[in-house]
Amino acid sequence: MTTPALAAADAMAITRRNLIKYLRVPNLIVFSTVQPVMFVLLFAYVFGGAIKGALPPRVHYIDFLMPGIVVQTVVFGSTQTGVGLAEDMTKGIIDRFRSLPMARSAVLAGRTISDTVRNLAVVVLMVLVGTLIGFRIHTGVLPALVALGVALGFGFAMSWISATIGLVLRDVETAQSASFVWIFPLVFASSVFVPLRTMPGWLQSFARANPITNVANAIRALTLGGATTRPLLYALAWLSAILVTFAPLATRQYRKVA
Amino acid sequence: MWSTGPVSGVDDVDGAAIVARGLKKRFGSVLALDGVDLEVPRGTVLGLLGPNGAGKTTAVKILTTLLLPDEGEARVAGFDVVRQQEELRAAIGLAGQYAAVDEHLTGRENIDLVGRLYHLPRDEIRRRTGELLERFDLVGAADRPVKTYSGGMRRRLDLGASLVGRPQVLFLDEPTTGLDIRSRLDLWEVIRQLVAEGTTLLLTTQYLEEADVLADRIAVIDRGKVIAEGTADELKSHVGGEVVEVAVRDRSRVREAAAAVVEVAAGAATQTQIDEAEGRVAVTVRGDASVVVDVVRRLDREGIELADLSVHKPTLDDVFLALTGRVAEPTAGQAA
Repeated sequence: MTTPALAAADAMAITRRNLIKYLRVPNLIVFSTVQPVMFVLLFAYVFGGAIKGALPPRVHYIDFLMPGIVVQTVVFGSTQTGVGLAEDMTKGIIDRFRSLPMARSAVLAGRTISDTVRNLAVVVLMVLVGTLIGFRIHTGVLPALVALGVALGFGFAMSWISATIGLVLRDVETAQSASFVWIFPLVFASSVFVPLRTMPGWLQSFARANPITNVANAIRALTLGGATTRPLLYALAWLSAILVTFAPLATRQYRKVA
Repeated sequence: MWSTGPVSGVDDVDGAAIVARGLKKRFGSVLALDGVDLEVPRGTVLGLLGPNGAGKTTAVKILTTLLLPDEGEARVAGFDVVRQQEELRAAIGLAGQYAAVDEHLTGRENIDLVGRLYHLPRDEIRRRTGELLERFDLVGAADRPVKTYSGGMRRRLDLGASLVGRPQVLFLDEPTTGLDIRSRLDLWEVIRQLVAEGTTLLLTTQYLEEADVLADRIAVIDRGKVIAEGTADELKSHVGGEVVEVAVRDRSRVREAAAAVVEVAAGAATQTQIDEAEGRVAVTVRGDASVVVDVVRRLDREGIELADLSVHKPTLDDVFLALTGRVAEPTAGQAA
């Protein structure tokens, strides 16, 4: 049996291998940052004026928007987990890994960890751009770091959903386009871009329960100020529920198909 | 997972590196393996020969623990494919049909990664990686990303990576499919060296020529079953006699020519193969080739002009045809 130490070493070897790709193809990071930055700029300048009226007094739209965009970014980033797995599968790399005496958990663990590291890089770049156009953290270093942790943790959890889908579909293009079918409605019908109270009642109920809303609210509470316990608990509840459901599902699917 | 006792049904055959008994595997309605038995003595090469979809890859996947058999049992390097997977994987190397190397890593990084996943000590990985890069003539390209490699270089790297853990048993699944002739010959040379050093090898191929060149023994697999097993010579003598091959100038008369040859050969003809597009007829005859003289006379009398005439020992192509009643995949030399 592989010991936990060997399993961790295997996961790290795979993580390293996945990350080398981002170092060799820096455009992958650049372009996955350009998109959220574009969202920040477009929403801040195009919709900012219109949305301002719906915000609580003295809250700048950019301060409201950035936490939302951070969640959007990690969720979009998590779709790459399934794409990466589907790609490795079609190229026969997973077969090679499975013929080696390595820990079985390492391929999925390495992939979800490396996608989390990539999310970290993109989020940091984005926050820097946000800061240039006026984004400010109104709390402190510790809450900001907790906010970052929640965002990355949520991206990690979503990676397991993406992994499950990628392993079921086993095709790069299909995995890519399939993820947008469920991710777009989830991201837009949430508090990512606008406060919920401007939505029709039926949509509000959906958006209120939406995990993306809950995570965005927690990050806002941690960066804008205000009560943090409740939003943080809701966010962590969603995060754990997703992990507990999809990590076993993805693992089972991996054993089955790979 | 730890079980070291003997496994019932697959008694340890002395010196056998691979033993399989009655392997069956079904995918939905397709019976991919229908009771496959194999035995590969240590230090020998078995060529698993068959057309696309015959079950070769499924057999390799079961023997390398990538798939579980539905029925049957197998041991590789003494380890059970179901109950001792981890130990088994530490003892084998697998190089695939699609060179399973990472495009973005360099050649060196690819071998290094596989070495880490075999849990080899760091300094041994470094030493082995250097050795293998040298051996597979990849030193100059070692620090370039693999996406800059040619097809042949990728296969050599793939093979190199599969050897980093010094496997007792090596599996090569169609190692030269899709390669140009030069790269194929290079790879054959490397494989021959490995075998000379005593590695046990199971090689799948759809190229009869490849099995003939590389394998000590050949198992012909078709529709999930091993339909013949033996050395290349044994299999050829199974078909027996000589093959008389004639090519006619007027292709429209090829059937006429075939009928004439069979008639001349009388009871000695065991098998006839007609290629209308090429205007060729190949007839396998028992005994010696003295019948050729009669064939020439007869065709001359009927006014069928010959473009070519040859007599040769049966090739594995002829064997395959005799065993399955179908023509095998294109041979190595003709493949694109």
